[in-house]
Amino acid sequence: MKLSLALAQISTHLGNVTANLEKHLAIIEEARAAGADLLVFPELSLTGYVLQDLASTVAQRATSDNPVFHHLLQASKALDLVVGFVDEDPRHRFYIASAYLARGEVMHVHHKVYLPTYGLFDEGRFFAWGDSIQAFDTRFGRAGLLICEDFWHASPPYLLWLDGADLLLFTSASPGRGLNAEPYLESARWVEHINRAYASLFTTFVAHANRVGYEDGLNFWGGSTLFDPDGELLAKGPYHQEALTLVEVDLDQLQRTRTRLPLLRDERTALVRREMERILGNASR
Amino acid sequence: MQAGNHKPIDLSINTDLARRILTGFIHSEITRVGFTRGVIGLSGGVDSSLACYLAAEALGAENVLAVLMPYKSSSPDSLEHAQMVIDLLGVQSLTVPITEMVDPLFERFPEASQVRRGNAMARARMIVLYDQSEAFHGLVIGTGNKTEILLGYTTLYGDAACALNPLGDLYKTQLRQLAQAMGIPADILAKPPSADLWLGQTDEGELGFTYAEVDQLLYLLVDERYCPEECVAAGFAQDFVRKVVERIQRYHFKRVMPPIAKLSNRTVGYDFLYLRDWGT
Repeated sequence: MKLSLALAQISTHLGNVTANLEKHLAIIEEARAAGADLLVFPELSLTGYVLQDLASTVAQRATSDNPVFHHLLQASKALDLVVGFVDEDPRHRFYIASAYLARGEVMHVHHKVYLPTYGLFDEGRFFAWGDSIQAFDTRFGRAGLLICEDFWHASPPYLLWLDGADLLLFTSASPGRGLNAEPYLESARWVEHINRAYASLFTTFVAHANRVGYEDGLNFWGGSTLFDPDGELLAKGPYHQEALTLVEVDLDQLQRTRTRLPLLRDERTALVRREMERILGNASR
Repeated sequence: MQAGNHKPIDLSINTDLARRILTGFIHSEITRVGFTRGVIGLSGGVDSSLACYLAAEALGAENVLAVLMPYKSSSPDSLEHAQMVIDLLGVQSLTVPITEMVDPLFERFPEASQVRRGNAMARARMIVLYDQSEAFHGLVIGTGNKTEILLGYTTLYGDAACALNPLGDLYKTQLRQLAQAMGIPADILAKPPSADLWLGQTDEGELGFTYAEVDQLLYLLVDERYCPEECVAAGFAQDFVRKVVERIQRYHFKRVMPPIAKLSNRTVGYDFLYLRDWGT
């Protein structure tokens, strides 16, 4: 089975959902015309990243009666979409969220579980922590969504793998940092490194859509990637410029790789659970 | 001042990547708020020359106004080097001497120290630049580097005043790498860095140490989060470390907005938090 995957590394308007929605609809049309089956937008693609006190004013509900999602759900009848937004729950907690939309329906919403609140990051001050990591079914097989810091931790991709995801869809608004003599930033090197590692360790597809542009002095570096179950880089967007990166994914590669390298078959999940219970039951750790 | 006997620390940067990020930054931060042009105080030194090169590349030379603001005692070399940059880039330019602006103040206070005079000159230049910002419909592009920001070697509301600063996260030695890569004339790169506020002034003479040394120490202290004792253990002289650490702390006030006394439930700076790029 083939999947035509598109990664949209866009720049966003900070706090201007209307302008960002227009850009989404234009890129969706471009991807549709290019034959994409699934289009992934970056973290907080509808709002911009350093929202601070804007968080509550840009928040949406991923429902068909929401005017923003109404347009996106209509568009998802032509191709599947992953969009980034601020989700407001009925009790007014605000989450950094990604939604998977297909055939006019919301198939899954992921709330960012790990909110970086250190260094230049202050997400925990403004957002509620997500409390669930679940894979979900798509017409391309089972998939999983994670947002930026979620996959700086090893456990969320591992949980998605065990929950059946063979297509890991990662989104980021990663501020570029760590300029040295290399032709890429340290933040880019790190993210590419771990994404290749997840693809290899879990013999799975790992797609990453990262935004570009600036917010005040922060730059966002783009460089969206797709790694295959062998850990090979199949596609990469340019650094620091808007791009729509299209790649044809041969999902049958999963079978070939896992025949050669049955890491999933041999994963000792009962042992993991037993040891986790022992470790977590030990108050000193 | 003896800097010590430490292992050299590599501060080399990828200049292509720096150039790309910084020109993108200038373009984004100027155009997103509805402007197309930039204004730069061009001294003929390496920092403002580099800011001018980056701005010309980001905005187009015709959209950059280089303003030369000599005082009567300014070095003739400075003007000559500034003119060289203007001719090479084809940016717009204007010369506005500040002598007539500041001399009446110096006549009123003949006892004013060199520091007072230097500060007044830097602030007179700020007035000219912000006036040209309105006249030229461009934003003032700052030229302060990471070394001088951390050392507080800058005049508050003077040369530190700007709408955006592309150079403030590059140490002086890194900035020089980028300047060289962008083709800034060798004469500008070769001369000793100077604020040119009085005859014979040089940065390194006034600070008491070289940029090459202090940049390595600042890198350990700031970027690598070494404590002062660890810097001494790494081979930097104790007096040098102490002096630099004291400067960083003493001049922190130049790096922050003036504190607002909090009275209400929501106060600018504390719990009224938006980026400048809000809505753009």
